[in-house]
Parts: sequence; structure tokens; C-alpha cells
Amino acid sequence: MSLLQISEPGLSPEPHQRRIAVGIDLGTTHSLVATVRSGSAECLPDGQGRILLPSIVHYAAGTDPVVGQDAQALAADDPANTIVSVKRFMGRGVADVAKYGALPYRFVDAPGMVAIETAAGLRSPVQVSADILHTLRARAEASLGGELFGAVVTVPAYFDDAQRQATKDAARIAGLNVLRLLNEPTAAAIAYGLDNASEGTFAIFDLGGGTFDLSILRLTRGVFEVLATSGDSALGGDDFDQAIAVHWRVTHGLADASGRDTRRLLAAARSVKERLSAEESADAQVTLTWGQQLHLRLTRAEFEEITAPLVQKTLGPTRKALRDAGLAVADVDGVVLVGGATRMPHLQRAVARFFGREPLVNLDPEQVVALGAAIQANALAGNRGAGEDWLLLDVIPLSLGLETMGGLVEKVIPRNSTIPVARAQEFTTFRDGQSAMAIHVVQGERELVSDCRSLARFELRGIPPMVAGAARIVVTFQVDADGLLSVSAQEKTTGVSAAVAVKPSYGLTDDEVARMLREGFDHAQADRDARALAEQQVEADGLVAALAGALDEDGDLLPPPERERLDAALASLAAARGGSDHRALKQAVEALNRASEPFAARRMDRSVARALAGRRLDEVPTK
Amino acid sequence: MSVTLTERAADHVQRYMAKRGKGLGLRLGVKTTGCSGLAYKLEFADEVNEGDVQFESNGVRVLVDPKSLAYLDGTELDFVREGLNEGFRFRNPNEKDRCGCGESFNI
Repeated sequence: MSLLQISEPGLSPEPHQRRIAVGIDLGTTHSLVATVRSGSAECLPDGQGRILLPSIVHYAAGTDPVVGQDAQALAADDPANTIVSVKRFMGRGVADVAKYGALPYRFVDAPGMVAIETAAGLRSPVQVSADILHTLRARAEASLGGELFGAVVTVPAYFDDAQRQATKDAARIAGLNVLRLLNEPTAAAIAYGLDNASEGTFAIFDLGGGTFDLSILRLTRGVFEVLATSGDSALGGDDFDQAIAVHWRVTHGLADASGRDTRRLLAAARSVKERLSAEESADAQVTLTWGQQLHLRLTRAEFEEITAPLVQKTLGPTRKALRDAGLAVADVDGVVLVGGATRMPHLQRAVARFFGREPLVNLDPEQVVALGAAIQANALAGNRGAGEDWLLLDVIPLSLGLETMGGLVEKVIPRNSTIPVARAQEFTTFRDGQSAMAIHVVQGERELVSDCRSLARFELRGIPPMVAGAARIVVTFQVDADGLLSVSAQEKTTGVSAAVAVKPSYGLTDDEVARMLREGFDHAQADRDARALAEQQVEADGLVAALAGALDEDGDLLPPPERERLDAALASLAAARGGSDHRALKQAVEALNRASEPFAARRMDRSVARALAGRRLDEVPTK
Repeated sequence: MSVTLTERAADHVQRYMAKRGKGLGLRLGVKTTGCSGLAYKLEFADEVNEGDVQFESNGVRVLVDPKSLAYLDGTELDFVREGLNEGFRFRNPNEKDRCGCGESFNI
């Protein structure tokens, strides 16, 4: 029979109507699932009491995938079929994964995202993630005695649309109803109840196994904005193990230890590191492959000395995030530590020193993201008490826009807009009789399309022939609560429409997002110049095209000297068009405009004369 | 007339109440619904309603409305673990049969 949990007053569920909701932290090294039971958020352990599920999946022909600790055990012997840290590949193309250096996998360039050739066949990162999520779902259903109503799955704040979409797809494949995707730093803030404050600025310091992420969040009226993200995608707890192992290799003369011995040293290093968080010194025994017994020992002071450069390395991105957010250390109202590596006392001291305040540490840093996701899931499932209704809003991390003439970006939804959001903007045709419009959706902070990430392209066809500027094309951007984008376009006078759910080819790297955000600030002046140049180029091209048409039609109206002046102005405009000085181009455009004025006047006279020819005065329309 | 908590149930209730940070105690009750007619209510209590009967068991204050008490007299609330699943269970001597899932019952 099912077991009961304590509900909020008046919220006892009807029989069979329990809405079981969970929060899932789908991590690079570990994944875990949490729920709210009897009003309290807690992580759900497996049958052996283990809460952390290593994000590792092993594939073999003809059997179900093996997930977690069991897969980890197979990694050394069968690396090509044991997928580790698949999160790095979510929503990424072949070019993106190349930067991870030598990996033991057989990557296949599949449309949209890489896939990995395994003994069980081709597996996309989405499927691998789905296998991890499936294991957590089964654990949750066994622990909660019923089917899940839904789940909140967390993603890094810098995840772009492609990576979010891939995560959502993975959850769906695992049979989960995704209530929402939630930013990891936001989840950590929720776990500490920071969303109960009316407002504040918080730094979320997340040092995981292999990645470091620092996010600055601002809470205003129930909305968490991500002010800045920064980090190091190649810095984590594993580097501290490595530093210990290197230290032992030097002190014990093991410079040419084999791969297997290195792994043994690393395992001993990890265990010593973990014990040093609570003890002043720790020992380990390692038997090397040639039978030698090693007695290894490390004091906390030694450990802190050899890893001081790694601790120092976290402060650079921290400073950068504050700078990007335009904040001083004193503006930060709270610091949250996330990730197992933040248990190290010297790291906590360094963070406390940097921010001038003690960080929040009373929740398990490895669980805090999942706990926050569970609290959010519980609220979305409607299990919160009366008067506690809150709506937590999230924001889009990077601006979304369209390419316009001249390779410029027209931002439709600026970054940090709260989601869900829909914005429409009206565009028109550039040429007479234009019957189609290419719509190019981009994401980023820069002014030029070439500096932003391309998300999708589609075409609106069947625009009836009209003069340039007459068509009214409304382009609507819609971002749902998970930060996923769909774009539609409609020509107003005819109702012709086209739409696309943005499933971009592949995503941005975290470095790229950080770089693009930073460059958006650094290059503001350069961008304005580039924008002005592109605008003048569009202007120039339009003028030249119009003049060419007019000359074809009415060139006979021009006496030779006037024609020469016009040709000279055209030539100097062509020269300026090839240059990069927007001011010179603007002058050339104005010069040509002036030079063509008499010609325009003659054309006007001629067309008036034509319109009036053979008519009586009372037939001429009057205004 | 009485309703009691096992020690284990009381421990868990106290832990949950502490995390919740407010509340007078625990409200037990029944409501008419479900495939076998009645279902249990198990909620945090933030206020005392008129006519509530109050008990104290293993340090936890228990509130029961008078209508429910007729169905709950002699009930012991336990906290049990079944495999990975854990939660509260009503041990109610008045219960005659229950639906397969145990979420509703009959007197």
C-alpha cells in the first residue's frame, strides 16, 4: 500500500491524485534526484543509500545500458563504450567537441548534434542523458510509490537554446513530464530560500568535479536575473586530485608510473583530499602494479600549499563576473557554495576572504541544486500552501534578434527579459515586387550578425508583389518558460505566414557566451561604427539602384554636363562604399542625392506632364 | 478516545516541523472520497478549529475534528520504510477493508 506524507493545511490529496514532483540535477560528473516530502526537500538515495549517480553510461550490444557506479567500473576497460560527462556534448556539433582534445569516443557528425558510435549502435548525447534520467526516474518512482507528475530539470545558466532543447528532449525520452528547466544557480538560491527575500544580489560559486561556474544573480520582485556568468570549463575538484598525485609522483620518484598506477594514485589522492576536509592529515596505501607497497601521507597544510594556485584560479573568473555585472564585492548580499569541491576548507576561506562575508554552506553543496529544483517542482505541481503561492521567473541569458539588411542584428527580445515572453516587431520589404523574405534568427549581444550565434533560418514566401516598404511583415518571437524559442512571421495584408520552432544546429560554448557578453560591452563603440557603416551601405545601395532605374527610364532628360556631374558623384560613392569610413560614405550619399536633385525635378515634371496629357482639367484628381 | 503516534512517527513529524519552521502540530482526519468511501487526511496544523479534539503523543500535538474522530478512535500513526519508499501509515482498528492501493478505506 502506499505510504502517506504530511501535506500543507487543506492540501491533502484525493486518493490516487497525489502529484509527485521531483527536481533533477543533471550534472556533468554526477546526477541526482530530490523531492519534497512532508514539506521538506530531500534527495532520494538508491538501494545502497547512494545519492549521487555518476553521469556515466556504458553500452554493450544486445543489453540495456548500464548507468552510474556500475558503468564507472567499466570505464577503464571499455572506454570507447563508456560515455563520461556527456553533458559537454549536449546540443554541440563536431567542431565544438573537437576542443575537448583526445576523447576515446567515435564521434559521428549527425544533423544538429554529434552522435557517438557505441557497441549498442549510434547514440546521441540526448539519448545518453535520457538513460541517466531514466535511472533517476525509476529511483524516484520506487522511492515515492507512484508515477511522477512531473520534474524540474536544471541546466547551467549559460546553456543556450540548443542545449536547453536537447536537455528537454532527453527528459521527454526518459518519460518525464518537464514542468520547467531551471538555471542551476537559481536552483541553488531557491534551496537556500533566497527567493523569500524581496530583493538582493547573490554570487553562486559552483566548483564541480571538472567545471567551475560563477553566476551573479539579482532578485527583484520575485524575478531572478542572471547578471553575469563566468567560469572555467577545465577547472574542478579533479584538478586537486591531480595535484596531489603529481606531488606524490615527485616525492616518491614515480615519474614514469603506468596508466593503471596513475589511476590508483588518483583514487588514493581523491580519498585523501576528501578526508582532509575534516582531518588534519590523512594516509593512503597503494599497491603498484609491480607489487611495491606505497604508504602515502599528506597533511592539510601540505595539501593547501600544493593546491593554492588552483584556489587562486577560481578568483579570476569571480572578479570578471563582478566586473561584467558592474558590481563591487560590497554589492553582493550573499554567496552560495555549490559542488563537492567547495567542501575544502581553504577554498571556503578564500571565498570568504574575497567577498568579505561567510558563504552559505549549511546545505550539502552537492545536493543544493537538486533540492532547489525539487522545491520549484513541488510548487509547480500545486503542492504549496495557501498564501505561499509564488511565481519564480527566469530570464533569457542572451538577446534574441533577427538579421536585417546589411548584416545587422535587430534585437527583438533583449537579454534578461523575464520568461515566458512574446514580442512582435514589424518589418517590410526592401525591393519592389519582393515576394519572399528570409528570416534569420540570431542570439547574442553584438550589432553584427557575423558576431552572433545563428540559431535558425526560414523563409516567408508568397508575399504579393508590392512596392518596397508597402508589405507589413510581423515577426513574433516567443520564449516559453523553459527558455525555448519559437518564431513566426506573418504578412499582415494577405495573412501569409510561416513559423519555426528554433532547433538550432548546435549551441554556444560557455566561453563563447561569456566572450560574447564581454565583447558586447568592450566593442560598444566599434559596434556602433560598424552599425553606422552598414546602415550607410544599405542607404547607398538603395540610392544607386533607384538612380540606375531612373536613368534607364528617363536618361534622355539629362543634358550631358549634368549627366557627367551625376556620374562623378556615383563614382565617388562607389569608392566610399568600398571603404570602411561611415562618415565618408554618408557624405558621398548626400553628395549624390544633391547631384541628382535637378534630374529628379525633371522626371517629376515629365510624369506630371504625362499624367495630364489629353485630360481636361476637371478629370485631374485633386487632393 | 485517543489517537497516538509511534515514537518513530513522532521523530519524523518533529523533524519535518522544525524544517518547516512553523505550525502547532499535526492534523489527522478522514474525508469521504475514493474508491472505498473514505480517505485519510494528514496535514500540518497552523491553527485550532472550533470543536477540534487535541491529543499529545510522544511530544507531538495532534488535532482531530470531532467527525473524523469517530472513524479514527484507537488509531496509531506509524512511520515505515518499504524498500526505497518511506512514509506514514495509519493503523486504524476501525478499518474493515481498503482499496488495493490503500489510499482509501471502509469502516
